[in-house]
Amino acid sequence: MAIVFQKPKALLDVPFTYCPGCTHGIIHRLVAETIDELGIEGNTVGVAPVGCAVMNYNFFACDMVQAPHGRAPAVATGLKRAIPENVVFTYQGDGDLAAIGTAETVHAAARGENITIIFVNNAIYGMTGGQMAPTSLPNQVTQTTPYGRDTSYSGYPIRVCEMLATLDGTALAQRVTVDNVKNVLLAKKAIKKAFTYQIEKKGFSIVEVLSTCPTNWGLNPEESLKWLRDNMVPYYPLGVYKDVMEVSK
Amino acid sequence: MMAKVLMKGNEALAEAAIMAGCKHFFGYPITPQTELAAYMAKKMPKIGGVYLQAESEIAAINMVLGASAAGKRAMTSSSSPGISLKAEGISYIAGSDLPAVIVNVQRGGPGLGGIQPSQADYWQATKATGHGDFHLMVYAPSTVQEMMDLVRLAFDNADKYRMPVMILSDGMLGQMMEPVEIKKEEAAEPIDKPWAACGHKNKRAHNVVNSLYLTPQALESLIKERYLKYDQIKKTEQMADEYMTDDADIIIVAYGASSRISRTAVNLARKEGIRAGLIRPVTLWPYPDSFIEKHISHTKDFLCVEMSMGQMVDDVKLAVNGRKPVHFYGRTGGIIPSPDEVLQELRKIGGKI
Repeated sequence: MAIVFQKPKALLDVPFTYCPGCTHGIIHRLVAETIDELGIEGNTVGVAPVGCAVMNYNFFACDMVQAPHGRAPAVATGLKRAIPENVVFTYQGDGDLAAIGTAETVHAAARGENITIIFVNNAIYGMTGGQMAPTSLPNQVTQTTPYGRDTSYSGYPIRVCEMLATLDGTALAQRVTVDNVKNVLLAKKAIKKAFTYQIEKKGFSIVEVLSTCPTNWGLNPEESLKWLRDNMVPYYPLGVYKDVMEVSK
Repeated sequence: MMAKVLMKGNEALAEAAIMAGCKHFFGYPITPQTELAAYMAKKMPKIGGVYLQAESEIAAINMVLGASAAGKRAMTSSSSPGISLKAEGISYIAGSDLPAVIVNVQRGGPGLGGIQPSQADYWQATKATGHGDFHLMVYAPSTVQEMMDLVRLAFDNADKYRMPVMILSDGMLGQMMEPVEIKKEEAAEPIDKPWAACGHKNKRAHNVVNSLYLTPQALESLIKERYLKYDQIKKTEQMADEYMTDDADIIIVAYGASSRISRTAVNLARKEGIRAGLIRPVTLWPYPDSFIEKHISHTKDFLCVEMSMGQMVDDVKLAVNGRKPVHFYGRTGGIIPSPDEVLQELRKIGGKI
């Protein structure tokens, strides 16, 4: 019988630790498919964040390093400078990347550090039980904004791709989501482009993937995808914010 | 006899690191370690190495973590406030069993403190460099020559024991110039690092460099294993220098800059008929208590001299364990005690006042 669908080789055959309905699984698959298709598993090192994806060092088949909270881009910088012939990527959530790790993220981009960041934005701290994230939306109810995020008190969400697109070192900054088949395919294309840019030494690449957190949003998986479409996508428009190849065309 | 060259302490640390095969240095500007990073910035590009100025001390230590995880010898340097920021990364490096060399050119604290020499980071270096049960090896040079020699040992032991090693210097040693002999030692055999995350080349299972263990039993057994290693280090790696201790009635215990002053004070005391001596710890962790033990029976008093309000004195007291009086003299805030001040303490203890 012909095999028409199988697990990517770059994902090890171990159970995920993610909640049902969370989109981390899809995003892991897209990263792993990319690694398979580019044939780079043997010379790729991934950096795991702190947060829901902390244990993805058990999932990806390439070599993995687990970083302190927010420091993944600095760890990745050390790796890339030490073994520049390898592909180095980080996989980080919004609390990790856009709060505690803001400096590491911005300066990796500013240096044009030739690494790839997969940034999973679900507008909440998932692992610790649903606190306000730097990307939580205005009026969003979380454990630490029980009356809704009051922007006059807790400030405003950060649009990471827009911010990083202003930096000369950024080669690719693109926001995608994985709420339907079309968007999953687009997300895959963006992730593959980001890795390809790194291989071509174009500089810093980041793909932000708008993601769901059914558990902490208090919604079922289907409602979560709808909430993402209705609330996150308008605040965080999908699209390419910077692509050095587009600019030079 | 090899020709000697005149070098600044901070530059000697840098040159020694390069000679030890370190090609990855990540720094962030801070006084008084400036010359070390500047030396690296100048030399690294010429030898195909990496000098990278990070956005913070936090980023710099995490870059060290990354380069070390890839299997390379890596180093960072800073001064007291910057070491506080590196504490997180040092704990992760220890928890991930990674080698690394960290230099602290101490200045006065707490807070922004001052920029003059100090030894007030002893507790931080030896007891509480970061969260969790762990140690790092700590070397305390007292001359520019020793700064060169200990860096090589630091890299070798970091690799051998897979743990972070600190060179605890201070602003006086970092800034002063002395003639040094640059020993062209044979380059160390690159130690095999089968654990490194450097790309598995489809030839082995994936390597994971990690400090997370969610099962308490797994974490406890890993830490206990690490402590067996620490016990071994305590047995085999203690280093100290002794000066006129054989017949000493009063033994000064001092390291780094304050040991230089204390040595002069010992000479002055001897001229007055006070039989003083000096034990100069070279390793601060493991603490060289075996050197103190040797003299417990014959000496009458111990005097710990530090450029702090009294930190290492705790370890001297632990080693002496109540068997002899342990006195303390210290200046802090960036003040270096004078030999006369130390001599005055020796007179007091010796009953000459």
